[in-house]
Amino acid sequence: MDLFTKFIDTYPVFLKGMLLTFQLTIVSVFIAIFIGLFFAFLKISRVKVLEWIADIYIFLVRGTPLVVQIFIFYFGLTALDISQFWSVVLGLAFHNGAYIAEIFRGSIQSIDKGQMEAGRSLGMTAGLAMRRIILPQAFRRAMPPLGNQFIIALKDSSLASFIGMYELFNVATTYGSNEYDYMSYLLIVAVYYLVLVLIFSILVNMIEKRMASSD
Amino acid sequence: MSESYMIKVEKLNKSFGDLHVLKDIDITVKESDVVCLIGASGSGKSTLLRCLNFLELKDSGNIIFEGEKVEKETHDLNKVREKVGMVFQHFHLFPHMTVLENVMEAPLHVKKLPKDQVKKDAQDLLKKVGLSDKENVYPSKLSGGQKQRVAIARALAMKPDIMLFDEPTSALDPELVGEVLSTMKELALEGMTMVVVTHEMGFAREVADWAVYMHDGRIVEVGHPEDLFNNPKEQRTKNFLDSVL
Repeated sequence: MDLFTKFIDTYPVFLKGMLLTFQLTIVSVFIAIFIGLFFAFLKISRVKVLEWIADIYIFLVRGTPLVVQIFIFYFGLTALDISQFWSVVLGLAFHNGAYIAEIFRGSIQSIDKGQMEAGRSLGMTAGLAMRRIILPQAFRRAMPPLGNQFIIALKDSSLASFIGMYELFNVATTYGSNEYDYMSYLLIVAVYYLVLVLIFSILVNMIEKRMASSD
Repeated sequence: MSESYMIKVEKLNKSFGDLHVLKDIDITVKESDVVCLIGASGSGKSTLLRCLNFLELKDSGNIIFEGEKVEKETHDLNKVREKVGMVFQHFHLFPHMTVLENVMEAPLHVKKLPKDQVKKDAQDLLKKVGLSDKENVYPSKLSGGQKQRVAIARALAMKPDIMLFDEPTSALDPELVGEVLSTMKELALEGMTMVVVTHEMGFAREVADWAVYMHDGRIVEVGHPEDLFNNPKEQRTKNFLDSVL
């Protein structure tokens, strides 16, 4: 009962935190999709130098903890007068871009080679066949892992609390320390995350269903 | 030389790594010719076909298409491919598009023709291959024979000067082979120039002007199908025919 009153008492602040979490996630994943697509193209370009560039990028992201990346972006970009919000967003986008690049590369390469050949045999340039034939199919195939990555990004955004952004997790720990009751607020914030993830999962499912209607 | 040939191949060679797949191929296809390429798998007939629309690039030799020697350095191969239709063994329809969209795709986005006209042409083509009722269906809902007829319509939509068929019936259940062959036969009767890699000896006998027997990357024997099938001159041709007929 105590927990429930705490929940009711704090929800306006938590909702604000949730909005920030939501914004951080949506904007960073949106940017990460473009970064991912770009590096996926480098990886399948069959140009050695470009492949290396993509490999180095992915190596850097996978080889360092996200919290380190966020701090580097934070101290690096705020020094350039970029806002706290955008430095975190770009840090998260940089991080997720690498995983999304691998998702896209895999889904593009999973499309039957015959699809490209059929396009080329009709007089399409490689670029047109990629855009009209390969990518629409690859996107569809990328949806489940992309949705998964989205949920990971949502939860990873909690690391923005380390640089003082009042997203969900920071709201919880602030209440926790102010009221000497971490456990209640951690349980409460867990519920907020669960609800957000649930909403995203349902959305992703709906998109997948719609896309699958032609198969 | 005034003879109107569509494609002339001279001393064509192609290797994949150490594997020499095509060896000094010479072949001439005249306008409205129907040529069947026959031979065991691995004999190079599919590779030859793929060289004709530059899906595979030759190592040496000449490919002369409608009087012009086509080289990747001097020609836009995409433009050449617009005039060379291709039908694949495994159809390769675009699964994310309806049947009608499949047929409309290339005229609309490659030739950039107006949509109304493209749609009307596509509908006419689907009618021709007997699939008017499937316009708005996705390929996954079609039988193999229907898929291949859509693939033929899709290639014809570009109004090609020549059609290449790469084992168009090999992936089909036996009862579906007939509908595809009769579509092809119709096309041949209309005067379409066709090069067909096939194991359908009946089709070759009935429709082809020439049959070409390939073995181990070389053309062994060329002749009218009746002659080639009934009185093969080469022992290798005889052996092959004995094994398939």
